[in-house]
Amino acid sequence: MSAHQQLDFSYFPGCSMATTAAESNTSMMKAAKILDLNLIELEDWNCCGSSSAQTLCKNLSLGMAARNLSLAPPGRPLVAMCPRCLHYLRHAQACLRKDPEIHRDLEERWGRPIPLDLEIIHFLEVLVRYAPDRLKKSVKRGLKGLKFVPYYGCTVFRPPDLGQEKCYEGEMENILRVLGAEPIVGAYTHRCCGSFLSATDPELVTPLVNEIVDSAVLAEAHCLVTACAMCQLNLEIRCNSLVRLPVFHFSEVLALALGAEDYEGWFIRHLVDPRPLLQKLALVA
Amino acid sequence: MMNPSLPEEENDVPMPVIKPGERDRSLAEEVRKRSGTNFNRCFQCRSCGNGCPFVQAMDYPPNVLLRLLQYGQDQTVLESKTIWVCAGCHTCSSQCPMAIDMAGIMDILRLIAVERGVAIAKPNILDFHEEVLRSLERYGRAHKLGIMWRYKLQTRRWFSDMDTGLKMLAKRKLELRPSRVKAIKEIEDLFKCYWREAK
Ligand code: SF4
Ligand code: SF4
Repeated sequence: MSAHQQLDFSYFPGCSMATTAAESNTSMMKAAKILDLNLIELEDWNCCGSSSAQTLCKNLSLGMAARNLSLAPPGRPLVAMCPRCLHYLRHAQACLRKDPEIHRDLEERWGRPIPLDLEIIHFLEVLVRYAPDRLKKSVKRGLKGLKFVPYYGCTVFRPPDLGQEKCYEGEMENILRVLGAEPIVGAYTHRCCGSFLSATDPELVTPLVNEIVDSAVLAEAHCLVTACAMCQLNLEIRCNSLVRLPVFHFSEVLALALGAEDYEGWFIRHLVDPRPLLQKLALVA
Repeated sequence: MMNPSLPEEENDVPMPVIKPGERDRSLAEEVRKRSGTNFNRCFQCRSCGNGCPFVQAMDYPPNVLLRLLQYGQDQTVLESKTIWVCAGCHTCSSQCPMAIDMAGIMDILRLIAVERGVAIAKPNILDFHEEVLRSLERYGRAHKLGIMWRYKLQTRRWFSDMDTGLKMLAKRKLELRPSRVKAIKEIEDLFKCYWREAK
């Protein structure tokens, strides 16, 4: 029997969470379930457009993101975990607010309303706004002893044309502190992971990723925690420093702290195996 | 004219020749309109250039690019590496004391470079974006394996980058089975506005 009332949200997974970062998705679903947050996947969602559509055609970029908004049922917030997806979804909503003509065109084209007041929020915000009490009550395993660098990357930290929107700085620390972990200051937390340059110009990205990871090593952190699946991937695959640290997706440490037991399946997908660290801290067997 | 306040050898440094009468302001005007950013407030403090993580791979730092834009050096701007190396991380925009959205300007410059069909200084990056779009057109979603595979084949970089691809595959980071949007017609329709078709 659950102690909390179930809260419903629409959930936009996005391409990374659905494929390369499947472990982040599974662990987030797990954590949400423990907290009685019901994340209902958006029916027939499509890619948010990403920086590639943005680069080649503004209309395409807007259309891709807006179609997702047209699929969201009214009455419950739309949640995304990927910071870039969140950005493009919100950006599209802001554009449609400013341009009633395009808004009407798209609504007519798909025969579905695109609500302009739909709340589009990041999973971090769901925790902070809707679940702080349940979070405290649901800590099981905890994260005692885990020293982490909160690595926000560039996008959760407020792109300027969405300056009026929520800024997530500090929230990762607040949440993980409740779970017993210890945030480490003095490392790079907002330096860009290289984004698509990791695919096109890896030799350019490696020194930058090394700087980020080295700064965490110097600050004596055990690991980095990020809320972005692309950051996690880039920090893992492009780092060739002598000392490498595990990079967790935020949802993994969250689910772990809440007592999830199926972590083996997530951690074998990491390129830097986090299990020795967690065993040393006696967080897992 | 000699500048008497400078030591002699510094007088030999060639200065860029900017002839005010011959300046073409059309690009600057277009960028201002489409980005909604008034970059004439820029006072060359260089925060953007100093903070940009990728400045070393650029031919002009963001602040210099902006100055070139103001001086009407349209072709230099549109054919620069800078606009393609820019990853859109917004570091510049969030640091600018004059609230100039440099990342937004870069965004528009890339679009205009593609629209005007100028020589692209980093064709590999444009290729990558196009490969992503092909995946989006076909599936409505991005399939990293297909994108990486075709991109690497096309640019012949597969072998130089083999280690990572293999490591990722080994860890099942790249999903092998593409999932597809059911209402794919709705996605295809969106690509009708796509610049290649429009031309
Ligand atoms: S940070 Fe702003 S004011 Fe300073 S050089 Fe860059 S654009 Fe100009
Ligand atoms: S948005 Fe582009 S120009 Fe600005 S700091 Fe990031 S990479 Fe550099």
